[in-house]
Amino acid sequence: MKAPWSATARQRRQAGQGSWWSGLPGVVYLIALVFLPLVIIFVYSFLSRAKLGVGVKWQFSLTPYTELLFSESLSGGRSFDPTYLQIIANSFWYAIITSVVCLVLSIPIALWLATRAPERRTALVFAVTIPFWTSLLIRTYSFIIILNDNGPINGLLKGIGIIDEPIAMLYTPFATVVGLVYTFLPFMILPIYASAERFDFRLAEAAYDLGAAKWTVLRRIVLPSIRPGIIAGMVLVFIPALGSYLAPELLGGGKTSMIANVIAAQFGASRNWPFGAALSVLLLVITLLVLVIFAVVAKRASRAAGRGGWEALI
Amino acid sequence: MCLTSTISEEPLDASAPALSVRDVTKTFQTPEGGQISALDSVSLDIADGSFMVLLGPSGCGKTTLLRCIAGLESPDSGRIDLRGQRIDNMPVWRRRVNTVFQSYALFPHMTVAQNIAFGLQMDKVPGDIIKRKVGESLDMVHLSGLGSRKPSQLSGGQQQRVALARALAKEPEVLLLDEPLSALDLKLRRGMQSELKRLQRETSITFVLVTHDQDEAMAMGDQVAVFNDGRIVQVGEPREVYLRPCSRFVADFIGEANVLTGALDTYGLVIESVGFVPRDRLMPDTQAALGQVHVAVRPENVSLQLDPVGSAKIIDVSYVGGDMRVEAVAAASGTAVNAAVSIVSRVPSQGVQPPRIGDRVSVSFAEGSLTVVAD
Repeated sequence: MKAPWSATARQRRQAGQGSWWSGLPGVVYLIALVFLPLVIIFVYSFLSRAKLGVGVKWQFSLTPYTELLFSESLSGGRSFDPTYLQIIANSFWYAIITSVVCLVLSIPIALWLATRAPERRTALVFAVTIPFWTSLLIRTYSFIIILNDNGPINGLLKGIGIIDEPIAMLYTPFATVVGLVYTFLPFMILPIYASAERFDFRLAEAAYDLGAAKWTVLRRIVLPSIRPGIIAGMVLVFIPALGSYLAPELLGGGKTSMIANVIAAQFGASRNWPFGAALSVLLLVITLLVLVIFAVVAKRASRAAGRGGWEALI
Repeated sequence: MCLTSTISEEPLDASAPALSVRDVTKTFQTPEGGQISALDSVSLDIADGSFMVLLGPSGCGKTTLLRCIAGLESPDSGRIDLRGQRIDNMPVWRRRVNTVFQSYALFPHMTVAQNIAFGLQMDKVPGDIIKRKVGESLDMVHLSGLGSRKPSQLSGGQQQRVALARALAKEPEVLLLDEPLSALDLKLRRGMQSELKRLQRETSITFVLVTHDQDEAMAMGDQVAVFNDGRIVQVGEPREVYLRPCSRFVADFIGEANVLTGALDTYGLVIESVGFVPRDRLMPDTQAALGQVHVAVRPENVSLQLDPVGSAKIIDVSYVGGDMRVEAVAAASGTAVNAAVSIVSRVPSQGVQPPRIGDRVSVSFAEGSLTVVAD
């Protein structure tokens, strides 16, 4: 068939194809707010520390990266220093605990939501998003009040006579985890709910009918069916949790530093911008690696489960 | 057996029925706060190794009864016994009954073989036996070689067979089928009907099938239980239910029927707008009180003869397969139009001079063809 040369550009355009400039705002946005900052961070991470510590000195240096693993003594000698590796491991540990706790809490919540009457469901899902109405900073501060020695939890435990002395919860790793779980729980509930809502509960009836008891139905029928939601939730919780700043800063009392707190310190009190930039690049690389691992696992799981691919989730 | 007057409390035959349902009642709450009686004191005995069809319009309670037997609903009152053992208070997964669902409900993340194996794994059947049984089940429904496919890779008819194989692999005491053929097209449905009959004969498992399709019920059932408004209105062999409907509802619901009103006396029946019908036109053992009655008669037992002074006039002629369906209106002279009675006749279309619309005819009925029905 001959190409319709006589047709105007408008006529030749197919559905879903727009002019190149209709995507321009998005491109500008991405360049200005995502790509440029990343380039700045990347470039800064290969420069030297400025004299007074604010900004950078335009001189190529690999020191920011060697500082990750080695500390330089005043005499100039170098020795291996696991401090920052420890902090990265710490961050991973907190992110893993947060994701797992969120997952364990979210599955029953999401299934409960998905089994409500449709007209009540909308209101309940709306309720899950209520925390987003207020700033995270304020919500995290409120946990200082809840968890402190004279707070309502200690007050209640003392009131009913379980304890005499208040339990120190604030400024402990426990408080950090509570804050992280609280912050990220909706990000786990919502994708799992989205999967569970599509789940055909007649499949559960069929499994009961074939002789499966409750736990078996959950394990062999329900969980495989909501796996896409679980994977999406894990990504949405694990990655931001890895780089979270507020909960460890305000509730952990700086004692339970995560990588974001160290980065913030480099740009603030420590006045070492290149090192802060290098830590940021490291966090970025780790995040990408984790995403790749999730993608591979999800692809394998989805192939095993014969369901829609990972691409459908994002 | 007409159930309008008496419900037998004891099983009809000496051998214990495979399944016995006694006075089962189930009420649902509507979202508006009202109550719907899905099952109203339903009793039914299903003989071992028989093919029972629960027939009725949608919303009549037949599916609710099936779900009560399966354990997916619990009755408000009454009891259900499976081979003499009470099961209505037993959890679903312990009952030796299995269901073929209307939606098939195949597990999408499992292969066909894994779907069939699932129920056997629940029974802790050893792996090698499961493997053999899965193969046998697939052979039985002519799906050998498709065990490694996912349900989504199968056609509707094939999915139906997998659902059947999955339920039959567990060798249940009773197999429940909830409108299993409703999603298939007509030709496939006919094929599956005889397939189901064959499987039922070969396995001699008791089948209980729910349908709203009276042709399907007639074609498949050893026994048919007709439901209406949460009650069983008639139970019997398909032929019996067809020829001797108990009520106007059954007569209308199963096949086409003329339901006429008349006055019964010892000599015969005077049917409104049609005229006198001798007593021998009624079923031989008719025992109805004299006075006003409703009678049902099947179109094939109605004949319309050309008669210039006949009481009826033909208003429609259509061909239904090899038959001709002729509709006439009978109106006694002098009566108002709204007293007119419509009568449908069905005659073989071969070798007959086709009647024309507007022809006047007289109406007569075959001997022993009129059944007195409850209103």
